[in-house]
Amino acid sequence: MVEYKGRSNRLGIWGWLGGGRWGFERYLYTLHRVTGLGILAYFILHIFVTSARAFGQEAWAAAMGRVTGPLFTIGEFLVFAAFAFHAVNGVRLFLIELGWGVGKPIEPVFPYRTSVHVQRPLAVCVMIVAAIVAVMGGLDFLGRH
Amino acid sequence: MREQRLWTWHMGAGVVILVFLGLHMTVMHLEGIVGIFNPAEGELPVAWANVVERSKSAFFMVTYIVLLGAALYHGLFGLRTIIEELNPAAAVKKAVSAVLTVGGLLLFAFGTFSAWASYQLARGL
Repeated sequence: MVEYKGRSNRLGIWGWLGGGRWGFERYLYTLHRVTGLGILAYFILHIFVTSARAFGQEAWAAAMGRVTGPLFTIGEFLVFAAFAFHAVNGVRLFLIELGWGVGKPIEPVFPYRTSVHVQRPLAVCVMIVAAIVAVMGGLDFLGRH
Repeated sequence: MREQRLWTWHMGAGVVILVFLGLHMTVMHLEGIVGIFNPAEGELPVAWANVVERSKSAFFMVTYIVLLGAALYHGLFGLRTIIEELNPAAAVKKAVSAVLTVGGLLLFAFGTFSAWASYQLARGL
């Protein structure tokens, strides 16, 4: 079996981050991965910090004491906003993966319409829902601090 | 075929996370709007009294472990996908998969121990 070696990655990280003129969904792709990496980094730390509850009240208070202050609060809100985006955009990707929300195949007759015309409203709706969830979380953070 | 199966698991784990992380975020970050599973009046969701009440519950212990496993798989498989999109050499791909598998299993073991130990501790209080 011949191994597929792919093309040389001429643009490196920028080829992954940059969307050029590929459109709105291409930037959602980048943002999905960036938020995914952020959430993963937080999650691994979260496993260690919250495990302190298994060692009693003092250990819990000490662990919580290490993650307080304005920097942590802002960071925590950013993780919440990243979660809101990643979750709702993930639902969009799930629907598209299963072939929902991409429209039916049509004849290429001028004026041309593509699958993007069907997908774009879904992407916009998803961003609105993500923004509403992020704002609700933000209000909760403001109410707390 | 194997990659397709792993990708399907990735999507399935996403659905599990959507349900249980959605609940977790609602309990921890929307407590001012939806005050559920925080029985201590006027206390934050991370206050010890609330943490103990949730830790006592077998439902929370089990769903934390399910969420831990699903989130680790989803997150680490996602990281592997991102690294593979950068088109590294075959040996690097293999090494990345091995490191992420071992790391994920260790984190799962540690997190499961913490959930179980806190359940035992809270029930003894």
